[in-house]
Amino acid sequence: MKAIKYGVVTLTAFFLINHQPISATEQPSPSTLKASIGRGKELYLLQCLACHQVDGGGVPHLNAPLDGSANVKGNNKARLIKIVLNGLKGEEIEGEAYGNVMAPHKDLTDQQIADILTYVRNNWSNKASQITSAEVKAIRAKNK
Amino acid sequence: MRKIVSLCLACIVLLSTTVLAADSTHLNNQITVKPDADNAGLKLLPGFGALKVADNLGRTRHLVVNAQGDIYTKIMGRVASEKGIVKLHDSNGDGKADVITSFGNYGGTGIAIKNGYLYASSDEEVFRYKLDDKGAVLDTKQPEKIITGLKKGNQHETKSIALDNDGNIYVNIGAYSNSCQIEDRTKGSLGKMPCPILDSAGGIWQFKTSVLNQTYAQGERYATGLRNVVGLDWNSQLNQLFVMQHGRDQLHDLFPELYDERANAEKPAETMYAIKKGTNAGWPYVYYDPELNKKMVAPEYGGDAKKESTDPAFSNPTMAFPAHLAPNGLLFYTGNQFPEKYKNGAFIAFHGSWNRAPLPQAGYFVVFVPFENGKPTGKWEVFADGFSGMEVVTGTRGAAHRPCGLAQGPDGSLYVSDDVKGTIYRIVYNKETK
Repeated sequence: MKAIKYGVVTLTAFFLINHQPISATEQPSPSTLKASIGRGKELYLLQCLACHQVDGGGVPHLNAPLDGSANVKGNNKARLIKIVLNGLKGEEIEGEAYGNVMAPHKDLTDQQIADILTYVRNNWSNKASQITSAEVKAIRAKNK
Repeated sequence: MRKIVSLCLACIVLLSTTVLAADSTHLNNQITVKPDADNAGLKLLPGFGALKVADNLGRTRHLVVNAQGDIYTKIMGRVASEKGIVKLHDSNGDGKADVITSFGNYGGTGIAIKNGYLYASSDEEVFRYKLDDKGAVLDTKQPEKIITGLKKGNQHETKSIALDNDGNIYVNIGAYSNSCQIEDRTKGSLGKMPCPILDSAGGIWQFKTSVLNQTYAQGERYATGLRNVVGLDWNSQLNQLFVMQHGRDQLHDLFPELYDERANAEKPAETMYAIKKGTNAGWPYVYYDPELNKKMVAPEYGGDAKKESTDPAFSNPTMAFPAHLAPNGLLFYTGNQFPEKYKNGAFIAFHGSWNRAPLPQAGYFVVFVPFENGKPTGKWEVFADGFSGMEVVTGTRGAAHRPCGLAQGPDGSLYVSDDVKGTIYRIVYNKETK
């Protein structure tokens, strides 16, 4: 498991180094971080807030927190995308058990999932890289 | 130390004199403990005061006080070795626990004392421990296992208990589901018909207190159609079980075309039932709308937010409370310390909501419901507030404390447990502090 984790970190680091930074002068487009966060915020209110709450704190022992969560902020984007697509049931998260199930959200589009995840990775105390619709699409294609 | 001992001796002498001089009712009204300067952070009605008996005990759920004033409280979740039940003893009479011991290797919620035994539950079993004449557990290592093999899901897994005066114990077995949908908590998913959960959960089961290793086969489903009950109490005046149901969640998330966010926050009441053998409260087929005062057909079962249930099988609640407040403790007050109006009325500890979002959360308080002629008056009032430490709770995680269990002390004090920080509060009445 540890080996996989390091693998992911190394791979991500490699990806970051080789990634071309977006020019500051470039006009905002739907794919930019800010726009994605904005759309994600709207979607969060509709799809996530009831359980994960306004402060992203979840509900102790019932619904997992997003704010401060290593899983949410971390580099394993595939796992995050899969949680939204497939939901989660009876699984311990960072050593804590949560009573309520998370329903699957396969009905959301790739862009909607990307926006929601980008928002929760960049709200409250979280700060992490964007998730793109292409990344969601790739995971969905492999998702059974 | 010597000072304390001589002070204690003086107290005993004084107390003995009081006993000799006054009748026992008078003794019950003697409050010897002093409330904390800030009333333990609680907002109380005039004349009442509060103190913290203990703090940082873990996830303290239900609690009970023996005749000597010692407190036993049950710890929920994964517990460390011999940390499942905590006993609090106050050796100098200042109301603060100064001898804290523990035993039991199982997490759980239920705890009660009846006829010389301490009863406690895990999420699957119920145990009992014989008490000595000082109310202390004789053998903490080897309790009698009286009930075993109860169903436990990921949600509503706790087993609250209450005992009657005829050798029976009542155990809540919560439904491991929100509304018995084919896919739990999934948008638009319809309800299973009939709901298969009800054969072994979603109700109250009755067992014998003195028979070992009882399973479902020896128990009896005493009441059904109850989604989850955490707070329950045997009303000895009426010789009847009363329960508080946690109403359903997520009307808006699951059926957004039928319920808006306001309806989600206000519609599915938390409900009190006076249970008779065979009572069916109707979960998952109905919920109770506290604005229309009607049982409504659940949207998973053909409801449209307007369709009233006319099924005669389902009982009406004795009283309805605002949605989602999470009643975790119920206690009928029989003490003499509080003013007369409290006698035989009900205290309810509301753990506090999460499913009212995006509207502000509510609850996180202890309320009082006056009873007249064995029935609730239908009105309730906040008795103790301020547990959350916030004016408005916007996110559940932010609440500093959440009231959970209730117990009455031998002097008529009301004890409240908090399962966030493990604080035990004691609320007392003293006319002079008015």
